[in-house]
Amino acid sequence: MSQEPAMKDGNPFGETDLIRKKMRAEAAARLLFGAMAVLMVIPLLSILLYLFYKGWPILSWQFIADVPRHNMKEGGIWPAILGTIYLIFFSLCASAPIGVLAGIYLNEFARDNWFNRAVNLAVLNLAGVPSIVYALFGVGAFVLAFGFGRSILAASLTLGIMNLPVTIAATKEALSAVPRSFREACWNMGATPWQTIRTIVLPNSLSGILTGVILSVCRAAGETAPILFTGAVFFKPIEGKGLFAYGLFDQCMALSYHLLTVSTQLQGVPEALLYGTALVLICIVLVFNSVAVSIRVYLRSHQRW
Amino acid sequence: MVGWIYLCGVSSIIFVFSIFFFVFREGAPFLRDRFDFKEFFFSPEWYPNSDLNKRYGALALILGTASVTLFAMLIAVPFGLGAAIFISEFCAGKFKEALKITIEILAAIPSVVWGFIGLMVMSPLIIWATGAPVGLNVLNGGIVVALMSLPVIVSISEDALKAVPDTFREAALALGATRWQVIYKVLLPAAKNGLLAAALLGVGRAVGETMAVYMTTGHSVNIPFDSRFPLFHPLQSVRTLTATIAAELGEAPHLHPDPSGNYPPEAHHYQVLFVIGILLFAITFAINLTADLVVKGIRRKG
Repeated sequence: MSQEPAMKDGNPFGETDLIRKKMRAEAAARLLFGAMAVLMVIPLLSILLYLFYKGWPILSWQFIADVPRHNMKEGGIWPAILGTIYLIFFSLCASAPIGVLAGIYLNEFARDNWFNRAVNLAVLNLAGVPSIVYALFGVGAFVLAFGFGRSILAASLTLGIMNLPVTIAATKEALSAVPRSFREACWNMGATPWQTIRTIVLPNSLSGILTGVILSVCRAAGETAPILFTGAVFFKPIEGKGLFAYGLFDQCMALSYHLLTVSTQLQGVPEALLYGTALVLICIVLVFNSVAVSIRVYLRSHQRW
Repeated sequence: MVGWIYLCGVSSIIFVFSIFFFVFREGAPFLRDRFDFKEFFFSPEWYPNSDLNKRYGALALILGTASVTLFAMLIAVPFGLGAAIFISEFCAGKFKEALKITIEILAAIPSVVWGFIGLMVMSPLIIWATGAPVGLNVLNGGIVVALMSLPVIVSISEDALKAVPDTFREAALALGATRWQVIYKVLLPAAKNGLLAAALLGVGRAVGETMAVYMTTGHSVNIPFDSRFPLFHPLQSVRTLTATIAAELGEAPHLHPDPSGNYPPEAHHYQVLFVIGILLFAITFAINLTADLVVKGIRRKG
């Protein structure tokens, strides 16, 4: 270490071999990890572009608003879109209130004891249960034990419970971003905990909670496994019945399930129709997702504290 | 109102128990009448529809899940860690934000769309590239599952790296370390529990993945065994535990017991699928619990 060859030019702070070696390792590491990160972006972009390229020609108002014809080989996908909308709506009715209240409980009321650690663990576990196990649960509980049969109700409740962890996690995060001093100021005015939450905490975290709810919509729109045996059906004629074509105890078509059946169980469906279906599904998901992302970006730039 | 909040707060526990209860309730008759530990876990003979000789050996299904998971993790763990390190240590500003949004979009793509891509795009590509007779196999499923579990691995690893206090980085930089030296001498050891938890949750995601695997692994109850390294052959078709439930629950008859409470043998097929569900529930529960304990481990020390 004492005789550094790079000190030849008399500058003791110049580049030594050791430093050069270090810098090379640094550059190599940066390049390697950067490549890994970029390699994640490439398949995503190419997949999206390919879906757009293949699905774009068939995409028309008619494709969206028409019913499937000739054993799914022609026509549109309207009943599936409508079914997905129904499933999203009713699953939100189940998951949003419970999820938001549970998030409030975990962030505002729960003390750090064994019981609440168990609650947190339960939320984590709910997030990790495979979607097909939710399907089995939906069959065992809603379809059979509660006697709802295969119906929109059973499918939405299954989806709703599956989406709970998303809503809970987002609510918790939004609430914990509100500074503690806000709450303390309110308590000092003599407000009860619930008054504090209602008047101070919730208004200041509303958009964060909204982000979570929208993300759960995203998941409800795309999931297939949980509705497989609880309410989705291969074909349901709803032509000419308008927006209220399905009842709560009807089975319904759904976009994700439709994509599954036309791509795996039917022969001779034109390729364009398959890609069109996939493209519509992914567009719905991406629209909701970008709304959620833009709300969050907006929030971060307009934070008041 | 506060009462409702408390009720909803504990609802998660109720739901976890009721998931277990209702799945168990449907599978219980099989566990009582027919279940044979040795057959279920060690026999590859899965013939639930045979008229004379019904067999419920899940070994091939378990190994199917294991091979797809292993293959996916071989891709996803290094790439996920690398991407997380890059995002958290090497880049900043707009670029970082763009990468994070990309990961979020990756996470948002529905499982059935991944399956569709595996079916329509990757399968011909695999046949073209390897000359395999079918493109729906462990390789296809593994790549798709890897892409699907990447977002979890990246975001949790990134959280783990972010949780290392900045003073650690500053101290190392002050000693003249380069960023790379900071990463592998300081950050990786300090964040190793969080990174392990990220990998575990990725495994949990891969084990539980249903629709994409159902569409891309080729539906054959088969042990992808190969006598050479790495002991399983990525170009063989398999069927996983999750895909079996998705494929067979629709066709298995749901029968009621006779008045004395006994089920006909045909009823066992339906019930054994719920037993597989219990197995999956137990696996993911164990993985999540371990990941949670591993993360808690650092927090107590830190």
